[in-house]
Amino acid sequence: MTDATRQVEMAKPDSALRRLLQRKLAVFGLVLIGLVLLGAIFAPWIAPYDPAEQHFDGLTLEGAPLPPGGVYILGTDLLGRDLFTRILYGAQTSLIIGVAANGLSLIIGTLVGITAGFFRGWIGTVLMRFTDLMMAFPALLLAICLAAIFTPSLWIVAMVIALVNWVQTARVIYTETSSLAERDFIAAERILGASTGRILFRHILPHLVPTIIVWGTLGISTTVLLEATLSFLGVGVQPPTPSWGNIIFENQTYFQAAPWLVFIPGAAVLLLALAFNLVGDALRDVLDPLQRGRD
Amino acid sequence: MAGYFLRRLVQSALILLGVSFITYFLLFILPADPVRQIAGRAATAETVANIREQLGLDQPFLVQYSRYLAGLFQGDLGRSFLQRTEVSTLIGARLPATLQLMAAGIATELVLGLSMGVAAALTRGKALDNFLMITSFVTVSAPQFVVSLLLLYVFAVKLGWFPIGGYGTFAHIVLPALTLGLLGSGWYSRMMRSSMVEVLRTDYIRTARAKGLTRARVILRHALPNAILPVIAMIGIDIGIFMGGIVVVESVFGWPGIGQLAWQAIQRVDIPIIMGVTLVSAAAIVIGNLLADLIAPFIDPRIKLR
Repeated sequence: MTDATRQVEMAKPDSALRRLLQRKLAVFGLVLIGLVLLGAIFAPWIAPYDPAEQHFDGLTLEGAPLPPGGVYILGTDLLGRDLFTRILYGAQTSLIIGVAANGLSLIIGTLVGITAGFFRGWIGTVLMRFTDLMMAFPALLLAICLAAIFTPSLWIVAMVIALVNWVQTARVIYTETSSLAERDFIAAERILGASTGRILFRHILPHLVPTIIVWGTLGISTTVLLEATLSFLGVGVQPPTPSWGNIIFENQTYFQAAPWLVFIPGAAVLLLALAFNLVGDALRDVLDPLQRGRD
Repeated sequence: MAGYFLRRLVQSALILLGVSFITYFLLFILPADPVRQIAGRAATAETVANIREQLGLDQPFLVQYSRYLAGLFQGDLGRSFLQRTEVSTLIGARLPATLQLMAAGIATELVLGLSMGVAAALTRGKALDNFLMITSFVTVSAPQFVVSLLLLYVFAVKLGWFPIGGYGTFAHIVLPALTLGLLGSGWYSRMMRSSMVEVLRTDYIRTARAKGLTRARVILRHALPNAILPVIAMIGIDIGIFMGGIVVVESVFGWPGIGQLAWQAIQRVDIPIIMGVTLVSAAAIVIGNLLADLIAPFIDPRIKLR
């Protein structure tokens, strides 16, 4: 097999997937994501209790939460609710926000990046200067500020996260688009009389797909962390809707006596963010040769 | 060089101007009313209107903003709505604590990250390398508040080695600095590893080996200094990440810096303080980026400033 045919081979999506599955860490990440996804989807059936139910026997006689290991597998929280149930429902919140916020910021970032990269001149300059401006914003501070002032619903939290998070994607897409726009095959298309829309959607966008996939995956990890942080500070997803961050927020005052209420949801956030990071990083390695091999 | 510096300086000033405009605008249109916070729930409509007029909050947006900007050019960040103190005084009082924490955090992450990166590069493909790279993934994925609380629980609550929070002695800074250091170390170890791997492949390292120098000497005298410089240059950019994250760590450890100040101000809609902290953080980010760009040509003479 020559190098050229090998490149073509790799461009097929199923072979990229196969290469991904050869990486242990990526498989570990995929399994974790799969577990969280299943837990979130089937929460109503898997969960032993109702997430809002305050069990009479869920507290000790002194009114303290129960540690993990008894009738309530992961213990109970300050109000006597089952922690395992709330973790399962919290997975829904994390994934919904992770995917929605990241999807939105990916769309904004790609649109800004592709426009700025393809239309040089004043449009490109204005957009990239604006992106520079956004880079100078302390993102977390801005997000906390926005979230605190709105009384946030799930969707507002997602929007706030998207608004502070699109900048990185825009920069990467901008760099890629502007180098693509210089290529001969784009010039050829222009000479053949292809419309701008056709060049953008048929010729530029498909080449950006690997980058979008990689940044999309890594970005979910960032959004999951950001949601957890906002909810931990009490300005993200509002109780009683369970989120891994707000479970910690609600129980933080009691954390010396009941550390599981902080560290079990904390571990869940870490594992989910880690999973998306591992898969994203492996995707970058797998898809990268394809990027170099294109032309 | 001077021309480049001047242009970047003007650019940075424009960016800060833009940041101030956007922040002011967002705070203006958001549905939170600072006057209600000041007047309290029981205040009459008349009192509310009076306070609004006193603070100039009854004016249209552009009037308010240009007034703020005029003050800004004279170094005046305004007065806190609730405490009636100059914002610059409040920030000035808090800034040293934040800078201390930042310095300690950056030192910790450099020590951890660089040594992990070097160890990984030297054991490339072996078990230690794999372990260190997985560790770097974990630190990059760990939420700040979880790491803060974990360190707090283990080393302050259980072992009692360090105080649970507060400010003052060296013991107080260890856990917050360690939190920031652990979290930041992942990026540095990955960068250091790839930089070191690249340097170890170069001809001058092969020459040094061929001369018969010991492995330790080749690594310490020839490889390390060259590999470390591009990584050090990233500190400027790192400042931005720090400024964002400082809110959480300061609030968990009760560290009296500008992050805590901002968090309190946000909860009370004390707009001048929020503006002030945002601008100071943005300035730190801009200066950090500027430094990173200015240092680059000294580290790699092939880079020319344009």
